Amino acid sequence: MNFFLLSLIKAAVVAFVLLTTLAYLQWVERKVIAHIQVRLGPSRVGPHGLLQPLADVIKLISKEDLIPPYVNKFLYLFAPFLAITMSLLSISVIPFGGEIHIFGDSTWMQLADLNIGVLVILAISSMGVYGIALAGWASNNKYSLLGGLRSSAQMISYELPLSMAVAAPLLLANTLSLRHIVLQQSGYYLGFIPRWSIFQGPMPQIFSFVIFLIAAFAETNRIPFDLPEAENELVAGYHTEYSSMKFAAFFMAEYANMVTVCAMTTTLFLGGWLPLWPASGGSSFVPTAIFLFAGAISLYHGLNPARKKDRITLPAVAVVFFLIAVLFLIPAAQAALTPLFWFAAKTGALLFIFIWIRGTLPRFRYDQLMAFAWKFMFPAAILNLLVTGLLVALFS
Amino acid sequence: MPGVPISWYLILSAVLFALGVSGFLLRRNIITVFMSIELMLNAVNLAFITFSYQFKQVDGQIFSFFVMVVAAAEAAVGLAIILTVFKNRRTLNIDDVSTLKN
Amino acid sequence: MDVILFLIFAVIAVVCGINVVVQSHPISSAISLVGVMGSLAVLYLLLGAEFLAAAQVIVYAGAVMVLFIFVIMLLNAGGEIRHGRSIMAQVLGIPLLFAFLGLMAFFVQRLFPSTALVHFGAFQHGGAQDVGRALFTRFLLPFEVISVLILIAILGAVVLARKELE
Repeated sequence: MNFFLLSLIKAAVVAFVLLTTLAYLQWVERKVIAHIQVRLGPSRVGPHGLLQPLADVIKLISKEDLIPPYVNKFLYLFAPFLAITMSLLSISVIPFGGEIHIFGDSTWMQLADLNIGVLVILAISSMGVYGIALAGWASNNKYSLLGGLRSSAQMISYELPLSMAVAAPLLLANTLSLRHIVLQQSGYYLGFIPRWSIFQGPMPQIFSFVIFLIAAFAETNRIPFDLPEAENELVAGYHTEYSSMKFAAFFMAEYANMVTVCAMTTTLFLGGWLPLWPASGGSSFVPTAIFLFAGAISLYHGLNPARKKDRITLPAVAVVFFLIAVLFLIPAAQAALTPLFWFAAKTGALLFIFIWIRGTLPRFRYDQLMAFAWKFMFPAAILNLLVTGLLVALFS
Repeated sequence: MPGVPISWYLILSAVLFALGVSGFLLRRNIITVFMSIELMLNAVNLAFITFSYQFKQVDGQIFSFFVMVVAAAEAAVGLAIILTVFKNRRTLNIDDVSTLKN
Repeated sequence: MDVILFLIFAVIAVVCGINVVVQSHPISSAISLVGVMGSLAVLYLLLGAEFLAAAQVIVYAGAVMVLFIFVIMLLNAGGEIRHGRSIMAQVLGIPLLFAFLGLMAFFVQRLFPSTALVHFGAFQHGGAQDVGRALFTRFLLPFEVISVLILIAILGAVVLARKELE
């Protein structure tokens, strides 16, 4: 097929999946945080609140889209656009899976494999700071300005440990292209330990993983680093003056950043789309097993329901899970979808950790946050890079 | 044609440099003057990389890399100086800070 | 394709450059300068300098310009008030500028024959590996010196910008 047409189709699929994931990520977050706090979360709009994102979108679109008269109009309209564009761009270099063959064409499950892929992600996240700084300035409001400045200062401070933590597994992988970084992590030690970056000799990248994850929390303005946009601190920080779709744009940008950062972690440290143990040991049947298990649980709870509605909805969910389990048994679909399943599972686990930490930890004060970045994280990241470099130089 | 003539890149670099010089000479706000200097440095970077392409060597890019680093260091120190000047003189107009006496 | 991309981003660069010089509020100049740097990054990509294009966006557009924007927002000094603008300077200056640039363009065209064409992909040695190899072998001394320079700049900026200890 024509290269442009194929790329267009891939881009459309990725965009659609990403936007749906963003919407349902918000549902998952609200449900998980609710259950951590021993309450139900969205449960009225649709079965188990599954239509809540749709209701939110309808509400945000139909709200009055007002532009306050005292704002700097161009910047006010440009800032959310910049924020959401930069967040959605990073997904174009992330590899979701291996090579697939459809209709005679073979293509990789990745939109663009640049040979400076890692640098492009760092560049796009550097540009994301502008959306927030300009939103704070354009709103012509001292709370927004302070919130915007604090938030952007936090983001650029944590970019340093982030970049240093990214540089360490690059020393092991010896390439900047994300596809090749994942391919370098294929293979198994002793037949069953995967050669992911966090397990790879000469230096397992556990410290880089932890430093990257902490810096990622700060980059995406998530708890415990979300003082600049906390509701009880600066009204709402840089998006105080924004309403309806522009506010939704900032919201989506935050979740898209979260997804990007989890996908980067998966690619750099957790082996991307590679399975946990070799396919010869049966790892291709893990998706089937998991979906069968989930279907069984849904069916069990559907037969002894807690609420009367669940007598219908939970068995329906069980049927869907069983169908997906059967889908993973078809060899052609299995070869194409299993890498995607592993990638989604790892990224999903990291997103769950993000949401879990949001429901659990209190937030840092701003000076504690900045001191943590400059006085602890940055030296720790440099030390980690030095040790990794030394070991790679001695043992390769 | 299958490509862009090299002279076009050099002309673009000259135009950007001329814009930077005119900004440096004509503007009165310290920060805008500083930004014109950055514009000049960027124009020079473009010229270096164009020549690196022409001679098919990477040296021009290395030099451009050093220019970028020096520009970043200069921006940091220069902005710190501007902050100090603003704290003392309360104005960013270079005409108003031109006397040595207070 | 190369010509179209070059023309688009060259026009964006020049328009943003003119905007830097012409706008009265420094924040509009700063955003236009970010636009210049972004379009220059694309032009570096077209010239085969991919590592430098990424470094331009990360360092220049993503850090140095953020620093500028911070300072402008913190100082909040407002737009520039023009006074004492001489009409003679504008009447003479702008045509002279165009004449000078036209002359320069003519000579540059004569000096560089149009057989030297730039097309995307002709220069393959601009990636991270080649730049890194050159930096750490042939240009090792400037690299080490520049790291000391950055250290001095950090110290200088911290000393200059800190609060006075009363």
